Amino acid sequence: MSWSQEELVAATYAVVFVFVLVYVAIIAAKLVRLQRETAELVELARARSGSDRAPDYAASVSGAHEGETGAS
Amino acid sequence: MGLALVLALIVAPEDADQGISQRIFYIHVPIALTAYFCFGLGAVKALLLLWRGNERYDLESYVAIHQGTIFGALTLITGAIWAKASWGVWWTWSSNQLVLFLVLFLFYCAYFMLRFSLEDGPRRARSSAVYALFGVALIPVSFLAIRLAEDFIHPTVFTREGPQMSGSMFATFAIAWVAVTLLAYVLYRVELAGKRLDADLRELREALQ
Amino acid sequence: MTYLADVAALTRKDLRIELRGRDTLPAMLLFVLSTLVVFHFAIPDGAGDDAAYGLLWVAIVFTALLGLARAWVPEQEHGVLDGLILAPCDRSAIWLGKTIATLAFLLAAQAVALPAFVLFFEPLDATALAGVLLADIGICAVRSLMSAMAAAARAREVLLPLLVLPLAIPLIVGGVGAAVSADGERFLLFLLLYDAVFAVLSWASFEYVVTE
Repeated sequence: MSWSQEELVAATYAVVFVFVLVYVAIIAAKLVRLQRETAELVELARARSGSDRAPDYAASVSGAHEGETGAS
Repeated sequence: MGLALVLALIVAPEDADQGISQRIFYIHVPIALTAYFCFGLGAVKALLLLWRGNERYDLESYVAIHQGTIFGALTLITGAIWAKASWGVWWTWSSNQLVLFLVLFLFYCAYFMLRFSLEDGPRRARSSAVYALFGVALIPVSFLAIRLAEDFIHPTVFTREGPQMSGSMFATFAIAWVAVTLLAYVLYRVELAGKRLDADLRELREALQ
Repeated sequence: MTYLADVAALTRKDLRIELRGRDTLPAMLLFVLSTLVVFHFAIPDGAGDDAAYGLLWVAIVFTALLGLARAWVPEQEHGVLDGLILAPCDRSAIWLGKTIATLAFLLAAQAVALPAFVLFFEPLDATALAGVLLADIGICAVRSLMSAMAAAARAREVLLPLLVLPLAIPLIVGGVGAAVSADGERFLLFLLLYDAVFAVLSWASFEYVVTE
């Protein structure tokens, strides 16, 4: 199968783009996992230290997250 | 973040090409240069680790080499496509840069094997750092070796002259290079932040349980 | 001066262990000879005489890697490495002692292998032999360091060749070039450069690799 030059050039840029895309997807998945872990740990902290301090922290954490996803 | 990507793509329409396969040059070479830079950064961080002893450098060195290996793999892939476009074959041993990257790619893949085989801790950090330093020493030595090897390895008809770049071509190249470097830097920071966060969360979990 | 005395003591220790145990050297000899015979059957007829030199170097590198695999094992088994580290000697002396000892083993194995090669395949001139010597130094230097790195790892037998082979590629180029090329001295100079760079690097960084 012989490729034309134009196809190969397009393929090159496509490959790079796909790499970056896959990378971003991996990062996104990691971010989701980290968010989940943080939420779990917040639960743990809440269970540990009682209800008066933890809810403020939980509110600020989820607020920060919303701010981030909105910006990027 | 998006700016770097957009820059990289805008470069393509700006190309002034001599033969359309020349266009690949604009992305292949910056990727290669960026890979070198990442390996260099990894080695610098490694040196800092050994010298100053601050554990942070271990992760920074690791991530830098991680990115360098990714860009190295990309160099090989884009280089292979360029080889196909220029000479009709997917691989040739006469392209010094390709061969050099193959050797380096093998070397840095072994780096990851080393890291995965050792237990986490200062021992692993230091061994990885030393290995990273060997890597950058290997770059010029390998390059020399490959050049010398032309002497007795089967000579081929494929040569690629160093591009004599005209003004506009150079500008395009420079923009492409900046774009790819920016991209690599952004990916580096993102990856590093992700790994740091991971470690911090793990620590937090241990503290809470 | 005590540094050199330490090195001498360490080298003597390794050599004495080997002479008493007598398992590494015969294994290496047998390995390299068998490899050469295998190569005879592996090269197709029209491949050209120079190809033999390439195979010689493959045999040397793999002998250094696999035949010497037992070099660190005595240390691991008897916790000697930890004891050595606690000793009041410069850590890099351990590396130097180990390198010299493995170099001695490799040269001893080659004392048999090289004549065998000349007998089976192609002649070796002074440049080629100088290339062998210089490359031996390089291989042993790098190998001593990498095996210390791999010593703490789980899959250490597989890991060591992985770590050393990319570093050995320039050595193979140097060695084969010294044997084959008309301008062999260039390759000898290159091997000298390699040895200088990587031996110094290994010597200087050994300490960082073995400390806990």
